[in-house]
Amino acid sequence: MKERLQQLQQEALEKIEQANDLKALSDVRVAYLGKKGPITEVLRGMGSLSPEERPIMGALVNEVREAIQMALEAKQVKLEQEEVEKKLAKEAIDVTLPGRPIRRGNHHPLTRVIEEIEDLFIGMGYTIAEGPEVEKDYYNFEALNLPKGHPARDMQDSFYITEEILLRTHTSPVQARTMEKHQGRGPVKIICPGKVYRRDNDDATHSHQFTQIEGLVVDENVRMSDLKGTLREFARKMFGEDRDIRFRPSFFPFTEPSVEVDVSCFNCGGHGCNVCKGTGWIEILGAGMVHPNVLEMAGFDSKKYTGFAFGMGPERIAMLKYGIDDIRHFYQNDLRFLQQFDRV
Amino acid sequence: MFVSYKWLQEYVDLTGITAKELADRITKSGIEVESVEVLSKGAKDVVIGHVLEREQHPNADKLSKCLVDIGEGEPVQIICGAPNVAKGQKVAVAKVGAVLPGNLKIKRAKLRGEESNGMICSLQELGVESKVVPKPYADGIFVFPSDAPVGADALELLNLDDEVLELGLTPNRADCLSMIGVAYEVAAILGRSVKLPAIELHENSESVHDYISVRVDAPEDNPLYAGRIVKNVKIGPSPLWMQTRLMAAGIRPHNNVVDITNYILLEYGQPLHAFDYDRLGSNEIVVRRAKNGETIVTLDDTKRTLTEDHLVITNGSEPVALAGVMGGANSEVQDDTTTVFIESAYFTSPVIRQAVKDHGLRSEASTRFEKGIDPARTKEALDRAAALMAEYAGGEVVGGVVEVNTLQPKDVVVTITLDRINNVLGTAITKEEVANILTNLQFMFIEDNGTFTITVPSRRRDIAIEEDIIEEVARLYGYDNLPATLPVGEANPGKLTPYQAKRRHVRRYLEDVGLFQAITYSLTNEEKATMFALETAEPIRLALPMSEERSVLRQSLVPHLLEAASYNRARQVENVALYEIGSVYLATNEHELPNEKERLAGVLTGVWHAHVWQGEKKAVDFYVAKGILDGLFALLGLENRIEYKQAKREHLHPGRTADILLDGKTIGFVGQLHPIVQKEFDLKETYVFELDIEALLKAEVDDIRYTAIPRFPSITRDIALVVDEHIVAGDLEQAIIKAGGELLKDVSIFDVYKGDRLPEGKKSIAFSLRYYDPERTLTDEEVTAVHEQVIKAVEQQFGATLRG
Ligand SMILES: [Zn+2]
Repeated sequence: MKERLQQLQQEALEKIEQANDLKALSDVRVAYLGKKGPITEVLRGMGSLSPEERPIMGALVNEVREAIQMALEAKQVKLEQEEVEKKLAKEAIDVTLPGRPIRRGNHHPLTRVIEEIEDLFIGMGYTIAEGPEVEKDYYNFEALNLPKGHPARDMQDSFYITEEILLRTHTSPVQARTMEKHQGRGPVKIICPGKVYRRDNDDATHSHQFTQIEGLVVDENVRMSDLKGTLREFARKMFGEDRDIRFRPSFFPFTEPSVEVDVSCFNCGGHGCNVCKGTGWIEILGAGMVHPNVLEMAGFDSKKYTGFAFGMGPERIAMLKYGIDDIRHFYQNDLRFLQQFDRV
Repeated sequence: MFVSYKWLQEYVDLTGITAKELADRITKSGIEVESVEVLSKGAKDVVIGHVLEREQHPNADKLSKCLVDIGEGEPVQIICGAPNVAKGQKVAVAKVGAVLPGNLKIKRAKLRGEESNGMICSLQELGVESKVVPKPYADGIFVFPSDAPVGADALELLNLDDEVLELGLTPNRADCLSMIGVAYEVAAILGRSVKLPAIELHENSESVHDYISVRVDAPEDNPLYAGRIVKNVKIGPSPLWMQTRLMAAGIRPHNNVVDITNYILLEYGQPLHAFDYDRLGSNEIVVRRAKNGETIVTLDDTKRTLTEDHLVITNGSEPVALAGVMGGANSEVQDDTTTVFIESAYFTSPVIRQAVKDHGLRSEASTRFEKGIDPARTKEALDRAAALMAEYAGGEVVGGVVEVNTLQPKDVVVTITLDRINNVLGTAITKEEVANILTNLQFMFIEDNGTFTITVPSRRRDIAIEEDIIEEVARLYGYDNLPATLPVGEANPGKLTPYQAKRRHVRRYLEDVGLFQAITYSLTNEEKATMFALETAEPIRLALPMSEERSVLRQSLVPHLLEAASYNRARQVENVALYEIGSVYLATNEHELPNEKERLAGVLTGVWHAHVWQGEKKAVDFYVAKGILDGLFALLGLENRIEYKQAKREHLHPGRTADILLDGKTIGFVGQLHPIVQKEFDLKETYVFELDIEALLKAEVDDIRYTAIPRFPSITRDIALVVDEHIVAGDLEQAIIKAGGELLKDVSIFDVYKGDRLPEGKKSIAFSLRYYDPERTLTDEEVTAVHEQVIKAVEQQFGATLRG
């Protein structure tokens, strides 16, 4: 009987080993461990054994049964795993095929530059002031120390609608309006971005419509050194921490003293290259101390208050920053152009 | 202004400073030197040659065979193509081995079989611009005065070894429109002194008053008029050094008298005019406004019709010059002129500017009057001119000056403290440093305990107030020495206004769903100005447009967005999704600013979504556009306050257009472009929208409030309603929501059907209704009760039947 059991165990293990799928394995289970299987048969035949032999034989039967059981389970796991793998293998896809495209638009490059500048100055405590594009001659010129007949305000250069109303030629009238609203009390600390218009023929470097960003700070004890520090801060945040700036004396009717502001070339670091035309410097801004006439006209006491103002052209900055060669691109809205500004 | 480096040295010592260094110093101190040009442009080895013989080239009609002495050994044979070459001339010869501008190397050559050992040069070949070459030499070689030494450096004699600084002058620095003015500036920068020209004037015993009298009828336009008579002049070329200086400054030499007036203009910044005294036609000068319709033929042989806006110099009856702008042809100095009347006057800027504008005539003279000259030098310049005419035109200066002077010179005095200077600049400049700068500027001043009282010289018309002095100090102290600080005043947090912040969200949203931001022009043509406008007004037209296409302010953003789509389509970019946020301009009345309103508009055409290899491709349709807007309204918290109403609008598809209402008020539209307009813009099926973004962003919206997350299950019931096809889903939905009451939380449409399985004229719309009570689990019976009400409501209101 013992031999019979050992033989059964061996047979069963072999069959388990041979079983190739879960069905075959199940058949082996039924064949050997089922109610009608040989082991049950052996158990039934135990009645003929002596009482001493019975427990020994019982233990042996259990041993065999367990061995088969374990083998079955192990095989079961193995086959199931194989089954899953087979299924997954069938489900394989080509991961190199393109994914589902997600539509994504983006900012116009000018907005990109303008928002970046706005955020820089917001970080320095400025607010953003906006004003009308169709403006009164008074705010566009007179309030900015450009009285009628001043050579710097040639009728030919501006789009007038009536004698007193024109398309603003700079965003400075927003400064004049903001100062006026403050009724002679500082501080004023604003950035004025917006569209402006000049009577130019459109070509690679001119556009009858373009954008400007101007800044204005008016308070007691505002110094020209504050202007330098502010613009240096701006230049470093906008063009890189290593940037430096320099002032060159200039002339604007609404500031005195007036300066042109150069930023050390971000392309070559100041050694000279084609971006900076070999000078190491790039002209980016016009700036100066607010002319006392401008302060007075807006209701500020120019003995008590001083201020600085600066202005720059987002088109120029975008052209420098991105290497754009023709200002008309900004207004043609060619998607092949716009799409290039689609990432951080 | 072109400044000759060599000429400048007559007025200020430039020892130890190269032209390039000087240019850098000037730029740093406030006047931008735009270029430094070496006149020779690399030319070398050009010498004075003496043409000993000239004969016709045996094989070429237009060539001459010349024997030229170039001061070294045997004379050389040179073939010359210039028509004016002649025996006995002194000419510029580029020797064999010489280099001409443009790196042209001169070699020994054979021209039509004849040997040529060098080249006789025209001024143009030596790098001089054609427009300043004296007329007699314009089409040939330049002929030197006969005393030019053979073998001498011709470039040096022509002053081509000079360097010229081009100053880019801002309008306030008209004082630097003269060599003397520049000398003062350079002297201030270098801390050196200015040497003014010495005037040696010998007058004869006659009196100018016996020759001429002057009357000024327009003293406001002409506060100072002075003149002198120089007689017995002999018209001829001016000295070579004078001609070369004029050419370097961009002025063409004519003859000694005219050249001297131009020379003084450059030297003093004082425009002069020389009249032929005998051609004046009278013995008097009357300065007055022109009469309307009066005419004058100016030196450029152009007949000009004048008005009362123009100032003229007359001989008492007719104009002989357009004052300050150009002389008259009738009194022009000619080769036979013997007596010259020199005018040196101060004309004020507005009357000159008007003439320049009206006649499109800008001259060296008018530019200076327009920007303002220094009347303190008017008479000095006159004396200097007379002295030079005596010296270089053999003239005799008649005694005295005719003059009308109503000028009331007033010293400009500015008082400023050292503290003020330092407070404005943020510097710690000392009293001594300021004094030093003022001294270098040659400003007279008194300093008392840190207070400077400064008398500004009349040449610096740009200086009148404290800030002007601060600028002078700052620029000469050097902006590089200015510290960099940050404002110290009261600090407010910087931030966007709620409107600006929301507008940024809107931009980002539209871009995130796939639209690109466009920026288009505000100016358009009359037709496009009002197309698609939500509100229209009288078009606002420019007084002086540059073109009809850009003559009127837009009232809608849509037309230019369509142009952009069309532009793209023409370049094979078929799928276009653009939006723009910008202003439209609505006229109120002529004297007021227009109402400027911000709008949001978009254009969509082509494929909206494609995943080609999976066979998905979805073209833009009305519901794509609407979906984008729905998302936008949800973003702004307005989705429940927005309503779409079927609408008819010009230029849009009559059946595929909706007005958009916020709280019952129309704030925009969305629709398909009308096929006719679509064709005009050369587009395919296209959808557009425009919204009053101000209404959207300014609408009051509650802050977000948390509501409890559902704790009880909800119950969903679907109904398919069959209705007449003209009934719109929105109305059904509203009725359902109303009838569903509190418990109905959601209504969504999941199917729309129209077709064979329904009777003609009917359609079916299937709704999914979700019922929920936050307090408890709803029973089937409760839901059924409400649901029945809903069904009853749509049956009654729309005649809807349940689809089986
Ligand atoms: Zn560079």
